[in-house]
Amino acid sequence: MSAPTSRRGLVARWGLNIYAALGMIYLFVPIGWIVLFSFNKPKGNYNIVWQQFTLENWSDPFGEEALTDAFFESIRIALISTAIATVLGSMIAIALARYRFRGSEGLNFFLVLPLTTPEIVLGSSLATLFLDWDVTRGFTTVVIAHVMFQVSFVALTVRARVRGFDWTLEQAAQDLGASPFRTFWKVTFPLILPGILAAALLSFALSIDDFIITLFNAGSLSTFPLYINGSFRVKFPPEVNVLASVILFVSVALMLSGTVWGARGRRKSAA
Amino acid sequence: MTATTDAAPRRRVRRPELIGLGALLGAGALMVAVGARWFTGPLAVVALALVLASIVGLVVVAVIGGPDARQRLAPYGLLKPGMLWLALFYLAPLVTLLRQSLSTLPSRFAVEAEFDWNFGNYTDAFTDFGPQFQRAFLYAGTATILTILIGYPLAYVIAFRGGKYRNLLLGLVVIPFFTSFLIRTIAWQSLLADSSVAVSVLDFLHITNLLELIGWAQPGKVMNEPAAVVGGLTYNFLPFMILPIYVSLEKVDPGLVDAAQDLYSTSTKAFAKVVFPLSLPGVFAGTLLTFIPAAGDFVNAQYLGSPNTTMIGNSIQDQFLVQNNTPLASAMSFVLMAIITVFVIVYSRLFGTEDLA
Repeated sequence: MSAPTSRRGLVARWGLNIYAALGMIYLFVPIGWIVLFSFNKPKGNYNIVWQQFTLENWSDPFGEEALTDAFFESIRIALISTAIATVLGSMIAIALARYRFRGSEGLNFFLVLPLTTPEIVLGSSLATLFLDWDVTRGFTTVVIAHVMFQVSFVALTVRARVRGFDWTLEQAAQDLGASPFRTFWKVTFPLILPGILAAALLSFALSIDDFIITLFNAGSLSTFPLYINGSFRVKFPPEVNVLASVILFVSVALMLSGTVWGARGRRKSAA
Repeated sequence: MTATTDAAPRRRVRRPELIGLGALLGAGALMVAVGARWFTGPLAVVALALVLASIVGLVVVAVIGGPDARQRLAPYGLLKPGMLWLALFYLAPLVTLLRQSLSTLPSRFAVEAEFDWNFGNYTDAFTDFGPQFQRAFLYAGTATILTILIGYPLAYVIAFRGGKYRNLLLGLVVIPFFTSFLIRTIAWQSLLADSSVAVSVLDFLHITNLLELIGWAQPGKVMNEPAAVVGGLTYNFLPFMILPIYVSLEKVDPGLVDAAQDLYSTSTKAFAKVVFPLSLPGVFAGTLLTFIPAAGDFVNAQYLGSPNTTMIGNSIQDQFLVQNNTPLASAMSFVLMAIITVFVIVYSRLFGTEDLA
């Protein structure tokens, strides 16, 4: 857009920028709070009033045993469910992006439905299924629940990323004598892998963070969010902030390295 | 697609598609039937065997059908595992939810409800939980409007003024997703505490006075008031509004704005007539992605509200997991889903776009 010349235009332009910056600050205030309060030395059981700076919490992040168990339970669940959902979701995404076929619109619509159903309905309905089956709710039912909402998410994210993919490359490889199997592993897969990994990272985060659906299907199992919710009546220890900050830093580092890797890949293919 | 010119060869290549689609839909229906326990015992075993046979059959047809059939069957084969998962763990649960909502608990302390077409649960849901339903939609609607007011300018600035920092800024918007939803909400409990900096700022700007007029806050007190719940909802779902709006703004060709200005349009007018209409699909998608989860949320009301600000999600959670009244909780879930479905249909008729994602 052309640069505004009048004083009024300039004021409007900067007004909008400042408004947007305030919006960004709003997004980050609670994140800053989480990291800041991981250095707090709370008085009593609740880490919600600032007292004094300390490094104690970070020197012993696994001090709360029940919290630590719940944290690693969440990671185990997320690893398994993300692995299953990434495979299933990517297969769906490739089918939808690569082929034109009968019924694709209907299936596409069906895929969006779980994402437009409130979590409380997803959680409670799945719980009635397990009640009906007389299945004890626990680790397996939570993994099943997570895969259910992750599949749609992975499928739509990967589909968006592979939409611009040049499928004639596959044709080229096959014209040069590569088998369909070899074509997929040597040509298609490496090119769509960054999109798949980005979707997997986000759905891993969704799994670790999920509270509502998990609450309905966990039975007596404790996960990171379930522990925080369950113990909030009696305490909110600073170790929660430490572990949340760890998840945050690791995710951001992975996302940044993914971006750098993707940019390098693009430069390489452009050269 | 009429195949008048070369009917004979076309019919032959069309068949594998029908086999693929038929096998997919049939297997999906069988999964729902088994999941909802319409089929039990030996019948369920037969149904599962049929599902397995449909998968094996797909592979067999692909192998003996040659490259052409393989090409046409490939999408159905790729879709099948994921779609069957959704049939069993998304569709079948909706059936069991409906059945549960029409069941009766034999006694107050019974765990297992009996299905007997008890529509009383639905009457109870409306008569006993009317205020919770109203608050859910009022709070979610207000939060959705606020996310548009905050998120649209932010998405606009990133899309048109972000320059080479666009991706970095967009990455910043996603970062809240990497911290726990629950802890972010608890953070607001600390940030909005009485006499905190945030509340002082709201007092200074007389926003608390304005909110007092509608009974949503008091001067010096925001926590445990409706304003805190709506504020929490707005905060938690803001990225879901920003991202789709950004995606649709990014597709707008800046040349169009230049063209409008070359034709002596003011920049305000260029925005209203060119940019804004083109960004409506993003606003539409963002509204759904914000309003739907916000209407079913109970975390914000639980941590930032009071017993007077509970939403329908709180009641469902309480009836299901605390009171163990699963039939009533199921009826409320079903009503919530029905209202939201009607809303989505009406809303897409009015402002609809072809694609959500």
